[in-house]
Amino acid sequence: MVSLNPQGQPKRKQRPLPSALKPKPQNGLYEKKQPIFPRKIDGRFRRLKWGIMAACLAVYYLTPWLRWNRGPYAPDQAVLIDLAHRRFYMFSIEIWPQEFYFVAGLLIMAGIGLFLVTSAVGRAWCGYACPQTVWTDLFQHIDRWFDGDRNAQIRLSNAPWTANKLARRLAKWSIYLLVSVATGGAWIFYFADAPTLFHQLFTGTAPAIATSTIAVLAATTLWLGGFMREQVCVYMCPWPRIQSAMLDEKSLIVTYKDWRGEPRGKLGGKASGGDCIDCNLCAAVCPTGIDIRDGAQIGCITCALCIDACDGVMAKTGRPRGLIDYATLEDSDKERAGAPPTPHAKLIWHARTLIYLGLWSAIGCALLFALGTREHLAISVAKDRNPPFMLMSDGAIRNAYLVKWRNMEDRPRPMRLTLNGIPGATMWSEEMGKAQASRQLTRTIPADQTEPLRIYVVAPAGTAQQPLGFILTATDTQGGSVHYDTRFDAPEGGQ
Amino acid sequence: MSDKRIDEATNTETMGHEWDGIEELNTPLPRWWLYTFYACIAFAVGYAVVYPSIPLIHEGTHGSFGWTSRGEYAAEQKAEAAQRAPMLAALAKTPIEDLPKNPDLMRQAVAGGRAAFKVNCVQCHGAGAAGSVGYPNLNDDDWLWGGSLTDIQQTLTHGIRYPGDDQTRTSLMPSFGHDKILTPAQVQDAASYVRSLSGLEPKGAAAQRGADIFAVNCVACHGPDGKGGRPFGAPNLTDRIWLYGGSREQVVGSITNAHAGVMPAWGQRLDPVTIKMLAAYVHSLGGGEAFATPAPVAK
Repeated sequence: MVSLNPQGQPKRKQRPLPSALKPKPQNGLYEKKQPIFPRKIDGRFRRLKWGIMAACLAVYYLTPWLRWNRGPYAPDQAVLIDLAHRRFYMFSIEIWPQEFYFVAGLLIMAGIGLFLVTSAVGRAWCGYACPQTVWTDLFQHIDRWFDGDRNAQIRLSNAPWTANKLARRLAKWSIYLLVSVATGGAWIFYFADAPTLFHQLFTGTAPAIATSTIAVLAATTLWLGGFMREQVCVYMCPWPRIQSAMLDEKSLIVTYKDWRGEPRGKLGGKASGGDCIDCNLCAAVCPTGIDIRDGAQIGCITCALCIDACDGVMAKTGRPRGLIDYATLEDSDKERAGAPPTPHAKLIWHARTLIYLGLWSAIGCALLFALGTREHLAISVAKDRNPPFMLMSDGAIRNAYLVKWRNMEDRPRPMRLTLNGIPGATMWSEEMGKAQASRQLTRTIPADQTEPLRIYVVAPAGTAQQPLGFILTATDTQGGSVHYDTRFDAPEGGQ
Repeated sequence: MSDKRIDEATNTETMGHEWDGIEELNTPLPRWWLYTFYACIAFAVGYAVVYPSIPLIHEGTHGSFGWTSRGEYAAEQKAEAAQRAPMLAALAKTPIEDLPKNPDLMRQAVAGGRAAFKVNCVQCHGAGAAGSVGYPNLNDDDWLWGGSLTDIQQTLTHGIRYPGDDQTRTSLMPSFGHDKILTPAQVQDAASYVRSLSGLEPKGAAAQRGADIFAVNCVACHGPDGKGGRPFGAPNLTDRIWLYGGSREQVVGSITNAHAGVMPAWGQRLDPVTIKMLAAYVHSLGGGEAFATPAPVAK
């Protein structure tokens, strides 16, 4: 296990640091936030990051607008969390509150999925897919678009507050705000019919909870993505801390291959000898402002932009790529001893990855199986316990039950409730009279509804306490039957 | 004391302290964290000013807006009442005999009645309305004064043997034994007959003698066949339900020292709508009866 101290140097690599490293500037007990102006870079990982960013943003913004035909009795939004009606729709799947274990299962899969990804490719979640990373990346592109690349940004940052600078800042911050509002605005569409809510937002008739949710999410997006950025990763987020406990010598981390790079020095300079020409480009492109040559550290989200930067420089200086590259500690030790680098594809597959993958897929298959075999018809019975039974004037014994008929299909269904047990018993509901009492009741349950009905069951005088069941049968062509076993209470001795 | 130096292994400045060779590294907290702390203090001060928070000698501070939890509760109650107002108004307008024609309103009335029952009625009739000895069970199909919605409403409004209400349900069974109307032996015979009506005892010689006593003393209220009479609240003696118990001792006791249960006239304490809701609830418990005669047309 690699444990990292707050500065990020792994404890097991206690060899002397390169002499070129200067001590960190000190700021007393409280450290001023160091502004970070990452330089624009292109390369294979940057292009991968573009792709993942585009996919994440597209999924986030477009999903609520997808339609899915569920017939006339259910909403036609493909993904909808309908809190008011307590339904969760996801394409052909509809989850009821009592089926929330599906959502719990998805969350468990998400958790194990993070372990799986960490085991296979290290902090890839942090580097590519985490919303904080994606939105920080987005805001940094806005910075470049407004203020130019790294050097121009530094110049503007150091410039005095003139009217021009103020205007540029205000313009940029208003774009920040626009992005933030759009971020919060997209979120609420998952909880209501998107086109309707969109229309309501622009006519000022949206519910207060929608507008206040937008406001809260816009504020947090603006604050965390626009201004806090890497501070969130380093100081607020628990995930890097958890990950520093999960990483081991088999984990892929972004590694500066010091055995190849050192001693670093300017090309053609005196100290030169290693492949590192000390151009500092790897540090300049880093979105969290670290120098990867200091070793693995908590600030490294493994976005691999420094790999892109270094690869470009190596190409220009005519040296092989991969001075900075994804590597495991184990592999680094081998390479340091002179072995060739192991291909990345080989590093991903080790026992722990396979165990996580197996666990993750097993839960996924179990959920799918449960989803495929679940009944769309359900009954639940709550027996009256006060009084447990009732003696009628002719000596008969009556029990009362609250029977819930549940139709989970998206159309009304005719159903039949039948008594199972006590041959002489009959039942009637609160809606009808005792005169119509019989062994079975029929009723049509509206689409996607649960209908509670109070049922009285009367058994002849002298009936003893015994089990009693209810059977609910759908009488349409689809059919299906469920039952619920409960109890019929009677005075002792049937009296 | 200050002996700050750069620690070589971590390349970090030390705090300058040293205990037995142990030194502390200076890893400064982000400044914004400090500002967050200050912001929290500022928020706390603002909160203390806006809300009642600081205890003084006789009372606390009232806060800028005079907020109180009681006031908030009252406002919630008011909002709740406003929400219920249309239902209560509709209920006030609807004669109780028309309630079954409006299932939606009936359902709301039953729900309201359930709540009112828990406050006003459970003390005698029990939480499940199952009553106990001397307190009628409201779930069954046996009614002393009638089990239709109008009957129940009438009983609730005016009570039973309740002083101060001239329409109260009233009747009085004589204490046949205590007042020496019947001899103890006659009471025993009458009890045998009464118990034989519902098959609790065989129709033996005692029951035969009891039948004659019954014909002279009891039929006026309980009827020639012992099925009781609702105008007098006389219980049906032929069924299996005994308000004061059906054992021989209990029946003898009832004949010797007559019972006369009392229920308050709730019309004096509750508003008509609440009584209507209570009647609907009691009627819904499983023993409610339909109207004996067609419901009168409301004028």
